[in-house]
Amino acid sequence: MKKIDVNLMRKDIIKMGYASGSTGAHFGGGLSLVEIMAVLYGKIMNFNKENPTDEKRDRLILSKGHGIMAQYAALKQLGLLSANDLLTFKNNNSFLPAHPSMNPKLGIEFSSGSLGQGLSLGVGTAIALRQKGNINSRVFVILGDGECDEGTIWEAAMSAAHYKLNNLIAIIDRNHLQYDGNTEDIMPLNDLEFKWKAFGWKTIKCDGHNQEELIQTLSSQYEQPLVIIANTIKGKGISFMENKPQWHNGVLTKSMYEIALTELEK
Amino acid sequence: MVEITPANIQLWSKLGSCGAYGQATLTLPNISDKIVVLTADLCSFSGLERFKNKYPERFFNIGISEQNMLGIAAGLAKEGFIPFASTYATFASMRCADQIKVCMSYMKLGVKLVGLTSGFSVGILGATHISLEDLAVMRSLPNITILSPADCLSVVKAVQAAAQIEGPVYIRLSGTMNNPIVYHKDFDFKIGKAITLQEGTDICIIATGSMVFTSLRVAEILKKYKLTTKVVDMHTIRPLDTSTIKEACKSKLIVTIEEHSKIGGLGSAVAETLSLEEKKPPHLILGADSFYAHAGDYNYLLQTYGLTTEQIVEQILNKMEKK
Repeated sequence: MKKIDVNLMRKDIIKMGYASGSTGAHFGGGLSLVEIMAVLYGKIMNFNKENPTDEKRDRLILSKGHGIMAQYAALKQLGLLSANDLLTFKNNNSFLPAHPSMNPKLGIEFSSGSLGQGLSLGVGTAIALRQKGNINSRVFVILGDGECDEGTIWEAAMSAAHYKLNNLIAIIDRNHLQYDGNTEDIMPLNDLEFKWKAFGWKTIKCDGHNQEELIQTLSSQYEQPLVIIANTIKGKGISFMENKPQWHNGVLTKSMYEIALTELEK
Repeated sequence: MVEITPANIQLWSKLGSCGAYGQATLTLPNISDKIVVLTADLCSFSGLERFKNKYPERFFNIGISEQNMLGIAAGLAKEGFIPFASTYATFASMRCADQIKVCMSYMKLGVKLVGLTSGFSVGILGATHISLEDLAVMRSLPNITILSPADCLSVVKAVQAAAQIEGPVYIRLSGTMNNPIVYHKDFDFKIGKAITLQEGTDICIIATGSMVFTSLRVAEILKKYKLTTKVVDMHTIRPLDTSTIKEACKSKLIVTIEEHSKIGGLGSAVAETLSLEEKKPPHLILGADSFYAHAGDYNYLLQTYGLTTEQIVEQILNKMEKK
């Protein structure tokens, strides 16, 4: 497996987001996902870039579709996207839109952007793999913490436990920020660990920016579906973006862009 | 094996469209080994008990979570299965509207969504359960084939046809138990090809779902007024059989009848086609006006919305006189 350079991922996120111009980009929720994506593509997932539709592959569903810049940045390091491809991000008719568009050649399993749908798709995929006798592939679904406001997440959570889908792993990007502010102010999630446990899931908390911890938790197998509550920092790696809700979707000026890249050089 | 025999046609008619759907599912594993069936806590209501007992590994009761059911069905479809998912038409089309848009319409995943009890058949349960909007919702979403079978044999045929095409399908089930029989023997159900049940030159009635049988009765009564009526079963709302609609322009009056809102359903679809024709007769759109009636039984609601046989005849005669 190819080791993914997280610093390079962050630089690429800044570059593609800057190239998208005045409409801005979802920097915050992309940057918080960097280590999670790096570990999935670099260490955990069975995903062969030469055969991205291989039946034996692990499936990755980015339910929080606005975090897609992290996935594009990882796919670039796998060699499925070029630096120039990334610079078309959000362009008219680009195959790299602001929210993922189903693309089997890139291993982008589903289109997303409408929050709350990815876990149900993951449940359906996990049931399908089991029905087909594919016992080796796993299904990874990345959720936002704010996304857990959506009722459908909990409908899907109940059904995953009911069908004992131990081939399904949800990763919650727990950065504590949603569009309008802190998750605990807007619509408190309170004890997420307790809630998922009550819904029948094996629940593990970890530092979502610590690759070793992520590898360890993502390598474990249980009898029931697994949720990893990955504590992260929205905008991680860029000082003026970290923990700032306005960088959920923000516009980089030229000077900000230069500062961001300089910070990543250190 | 469930076969199309006179006895079965009678049985399905007694069961109504939901029961006929349940019977139809029993035939599907012979069409493909990829068939799976999902329900949102309406297993017995949809007549799916036999399927559940015969094919337990292919049956999934997702509980009262229609949106989740749609997403799970989409996941199964993506992995090569042919999922049939059913619930009340109003919840199928509107509770799940965003999932339908993203999964069936945008991603074109081959979910076969079955809307039970559309129209007035569960009207006694009130406006929450009446479905007069589902065709309008589904027609506004691209890429979805929309079927609206006329009787219980047609339900079986539509379900089997849906299983044999790739891509997403919505099947609208209407009518009550003891659903009148339009087709007394097996027939060729071809998606996108309307069926002319009888010829006539004065009036052309284009009907869908439960209103097809009503239209045949209407045509019978109109004979007494020396009017001959062509009756068309428009069982596919998309792709729409526009050539049959254009052909209808030879008549003196086109009437569309549906157990659905006058807005956005069959009447609208036909009007959209007619609007491009240079020579066309008047078009009378019969269906539900835009209001919610008080809860009531099927016949009460047909009466309230002016869709009994006699009311339809009267409206057609009024229109013919004014011509």
